[in-house]
Amino acid sequence: MPVWNIKMGRPPSVSLRGHRARYCDIVQRIEQQARWGAHAHRVLAMATSPSQTFARQSTFSVGNKFHQLLFGEAPKRTRGARVLPRMIAWTIYLTFAGAVLLILLPRPFARWIALFTTIAGLALGLIAFVHTSIADLAHFTTIVRVPWVPALGMNYHLAIDGVSLTMVLVTGISAVSTVLFSWDVEHRQNEFFFWLLLVVGGCYGVFLSADLFLLFGFYELVIVPKYFLIAIFGSTNKEYGAMKLTLYSFFGGMFVFAGILTAYATAGSLDLNELSRFQFPGQLQSWAFPVLFLGFAVLAGIWPLHTWAPTGHVAAPTAGSMLLAGIVMKLGSYAGLRVAMNLFPQGFQAWSKWIALFAVIGIVYAAAVALRQRDLKFVIGYSSVSHMGFVLLGLATANALGVSGAVLQMFSHGVIAALLFAVAGRMIYRRTHTRELDALAGMNLSGALPFAAFTFVIASAASMGIPGFSGFAAEITILIGTWKTYPLAVWITGAGIVLVAAFTLRALKQSFFGEARPSVLMQEGRVALDLDWNEQQSITPAEKCGACLLMSATLAVGVYPKLLLDRIMPAVDAMRFLK
Amino acid sequence: MSSILPWILLLAPLCSAACITLFALRWKALSSFISIMAVLLSFICSCLVFARADISAPQFGWIDVAGALKVPFGLTQDQLSKMMLVLVSGVGAVIHIYSLGYMRDDEGKSRYFGALSLFMFAMLGIVVANNFVMLFMFWELVGFTSYVLIGHWFYRDAAAAAAKKAFITTRIGDFGFMIGILMLWMATGSIVFAEITPRMSMLTSHPTFLTVVALLIFCGAVGKSAQFPLHVWLPDAMEGPTPISALIHAATMVAAGVYMLVRVAFVIQTSQTALLVIAWIGTITAVLAALIATQQNDIKRILAYSTLSQLGYMVMAVGLASNDASMFHLFTHAFFKALLFLAAGSVIVMLHHEQNIWKMGGLSQKLPITFVTFVAGALALIGCPPFSGFFSKDAILALAYQRNVPIFAVGLFTAFLTAFYVIRLLVIVFFGKPRSEVARESRESPAVMTGPLIVLALLATLGGFAFFARRFLALPIEKEVAVFVPAVAIVALILGSGLAIVLYRNRASEPLDLQLLRHKFYFDEFYRWLIYWTQELLAGVFAFFDRWIIDAGAVSGSGRGTLGIGALLRLIQIGNLQAYLFLFGLGIVALIYFAVFH
Repeated sequence: MPVWNIKMGRPPSVSLRGHRARYCDIVQRIEQQARWGAHAHRVLAMATSPSQTFARQSTFSVGNKFHQLLFGEAPKRTRGARVLPRMIAWTIYLTFAGAVLLILLPRPFARWIALFTTIAGLALGLIAFVHTSIADLAHFTTIVRVPWVPALGMNYHLAIDGVSLTMVLVTGISAVSTVLFSWDVEHRQNEFFFWLLLVVGGCYGVFLSADLFLLFGFYELVIVPKYFLIAIFGSTNKEYGAMKLTLYSFFGGMFVFAGILTAYATAGSLDLNELSRFQFPGQLQSWAFPVLFLGFAVLAGIWPLHTWAPTGHVAAPTAGSMLLAGIVMKLGSYAGLRVAMNLFPQGFQAWSKWIALFAVIGIVYAAAVALRQRDLKFVIGYSSVSHMGFVLLGLATANALGVSGAVLQMFSHGVIAALLFAVAGRMIYRRTHTRELDALAGMNLSGALPFAAFTFVIASAASMGIPGFSGFAAEITILIGTWKTYPLAVWITGAGIVLVAAFTLRALKQSFFGEARPSVLMQEGRVALDLDWNEQQSITPAEKCGACLLMSATLAVGVYPKLLLDRIMPAVDAMRFLK
Repeated sequence: MSSILPWILLLAPLCSAACITLFALRWKALSSFISIMAVLLSFICSCLVFARADISAPQFGWIDVAGALKVPFGLTQDQLSKMMLVLVSGVGAVIHIYSLGYMRDDEGKSRYFGALSLFMFAMLGIVVANNFVMLFMFWELVGFTSYVLIGHWFYRDAAAAAAKKAFITTRIGDFGFMIGILMLWMATGSIVFAEITPRMSMLTSHPTFLTVVALLIFCGAVGKSAQFPLHVWLPDAMEGPTPISALIHAATMVAAGVYMLVRVAFVIQTSQTALLVIAWIGTITAVLAALIATQQNDIKRILAYSTLSQLGYMVMAVGLASNDASMFHLFTHAFFKALLFLAAGSVIVMLHHEQNIWKMGGLSQKLPITFVTFVAGALALIGCPPFSGFFSKDAILALAYQRNVPIFAVGLFTAFLTAFYVIRLLVIVFFGKPRSEVARESRESPAVMTGPLIVLALLATLGGFAFFARRFLALPIEKEVAVFVPAVAIVALILGSGLAIVLYRNRASEPLDLQLLRHKFYFDEFYRWLIYWTQELLAGVFAFFDRWIIDAGAVSGSGRGTLGIGALLRLIQIGNLQAYLFLFGLGIVALIYFAVFH
């Protein structure tokens, strides 16, 4: 009898036990046959992959795979396709290794190590994106599985499907551009990039985890480096912002932990694939779901638990806001989808209309509040909350279209928000030392910083949902999905869409295209506001590269959303909460 | 026959826009060259496509969600779209060339031509879209390019505000449009025009649903074609460069609303109620705009109101269920209105950007080519035979006479007003004595500007004749009213013109003073008030709520609460041994008291 059954003090359901017995048998057989080493890694991974597809695939295909595995002779195409996606686990190892290396090596190497590490992460994501067949991305396919704490049934278990891959990609893109936009951080450089890489590595970890506890571990791991990033390197009111963000995160984490314990205690497993097939009692689902989802949704900025976001964004250094808006907010929505919705489908269906309600309120409310902000970063911070409202609305639809749109919106917002914060925090603030819209309106920065103006126009257009950018593709998919479930929500969202246009255009006008006042000294190609401030003023090549990377990402997905949607759709379709 | 030509004509301007943005922003001459070449290529391809009887373009999938949503990217190639292609790319080409002269010394010339190319792409996309989502995408994209182009001189506050107003106002309409599309998609399961058309018969038993859908889709046209009550953005959009006003806000983009209504006529014509509403909205816009135009003093704004009024006629024709009549008027209007704007642009440039008509006067001698072409456009606009506007407006009036007499009466009154304000404009600007220094010193524009004027003047003159127009359009057929309606229309025309000549001949200032009309029926003031009490109020309340109730109240409150409890608990931990002993003793006494006496 497996150890965990004794530990749990309560026998798991019959079906699960049967499943687990079969599964253990397979693992043992493989462990006997495989040499321990580089090969075993793969073999182990292979072993679990069919196990999670028992319920879905015919015995024949499973048997066939085992045959190939045990006796070799696998066709070349299949081998290639199977090895490559597994490399994506290296995003996590490389990022953490880079972080460790950063503290050990002297300062001149710091930013280059950070850059190479993040580029390697993005490259791995892209390789997986290109080489993994769409069929393989339809299920949460295991890539690594190593026992961790066997007594509790914890495994180091990573898996990937279309949704994870999309999130890994946006993490890679945001990370690379974040490093590029932090290129000239001088203050405690090694430490800065160390914390930054920890955040990135933790995010990769969350997006790839297939073990509930592992996911939670990575999820909490992100919070600590975020605190230091903001508290040490931040600007306006940084201690307050950092502490608020951390307390909010732990507040959410508390609920998450309670939810995870509930799931573990009931089902006796931490494996997400197993759990997602386990039938939790309806009574339990109806209260466990809101607890778990609420915990995650805090990080996704759900109304009314969103106020950490604007304050945190404003307090954070540019890199911090880019990561916070670009990836960390996605952790909440991703985990809400992967864990809460997937584990407790009935609970989700009972509560989905409430999520939709909060999401719609969030969309309109945050857009309206953004209209009143004077600080550019606050405007963008509230716009993030509004856009994340679309993600939550898409999730609440519980149909394939809406949820796929939500995942696409996570990608889209990750890129667009990073771009907006890069312009506001880096391109504008570093040169003018102000983010007050009224002050910026007197500078007519478009003359001094034409590239920044161009970037901000693109970012605003993408944020308003102009066709050709990813925001449009995502929002239209979400709205179409929503129309099927909550037509009324679409009507109200309309007000939000108009308000988003209103505040975005207002911010755009005031920040870059104001009327130049004579009191502001203008020099050719540069704006001289503070005469003591003699840092290099024109846009640096690193900033240009970062901006171009983000812009091309939003354009590519906007022009041809099938690129991602084709991979997201099957994965979403395989989830069981769909109505 | 499958051909790649339609794709070339669509993508050429996009390539041009991309090239200009990426590489050519610093070389103004190069960017204008690229842009003009691209639009000429589009025009040639359009003509080739038009000349071929049956042509189709390969299509690909854009969003493909199995079983739920399929959005293909395909190009419609029917008579209607082919005609529009030639019209849009042709007028576009003329205006591109004219822009060379008008924007000669502009600092943002590259930006201007890049945005112009992007606009051409989006507009051609609307024309060839074969499904609702694609149509909506290009629809939004023209809105954005229009925003960029209106705000071309963004350092003028008026231009920036106008650009924002245009974008947001049209977006309100677009939102209704989107919901209409969603409803139709839910009901029919498709978004492709060709697939929906046969399925419309399934819906005939739900007249209310059809009415709602038709009106929601019409919302899109109300925004884009600036119909009452969302008409307020168009006059303000005149803050953009004049070629933009000619191309976007007269000939093509604003007409896109009408084109869209004709394209989706299979939906709209299923509901009589919706048609009636559409017809009346068009009529109201026509008469309202004509009334306002009589009291305006800015040459471009007068033309903008006349555009509104003419768009009203087209929408009226759509509402009277005649696609032919409305497309005919769209066709002729594109020529004569583009001509009028370009001629006005010629006047404005030569007067160093003076737009007030009371500062002009006597320009017929100074700018002879501009004058002659302007007169051709003006006569076409007021519907004077044999200019093109006469035929197309007559067709709409005849239609109204047959189907709805009240609308006909209002339409006729609008024709009278049109004649009045156009002749007023003509008299004040071109006749009498010059009323300012710049007007006295003006001279004729360069050939690069007058050339396009002459081309458009020829088209505006000939465009209405059947031998020309029939090649492009199916002309509406007039029946027994063929004599009565034109006769009445000509009487209205003569009355209006005569009144204007009598009133404004040799005047130095405005003799009439109608505040209601001068203030455009106080629409802007009303909307400002409305926005103040809705959007601003909402934003203010939410911002207050966010800052004080959620953040200061709930969030900081819970933090303070925790601190407060801590502070209270701290009181007990004094650290003084005697105090502890005292408390200890107190506790014992209390225990004994309770144990013994209770």
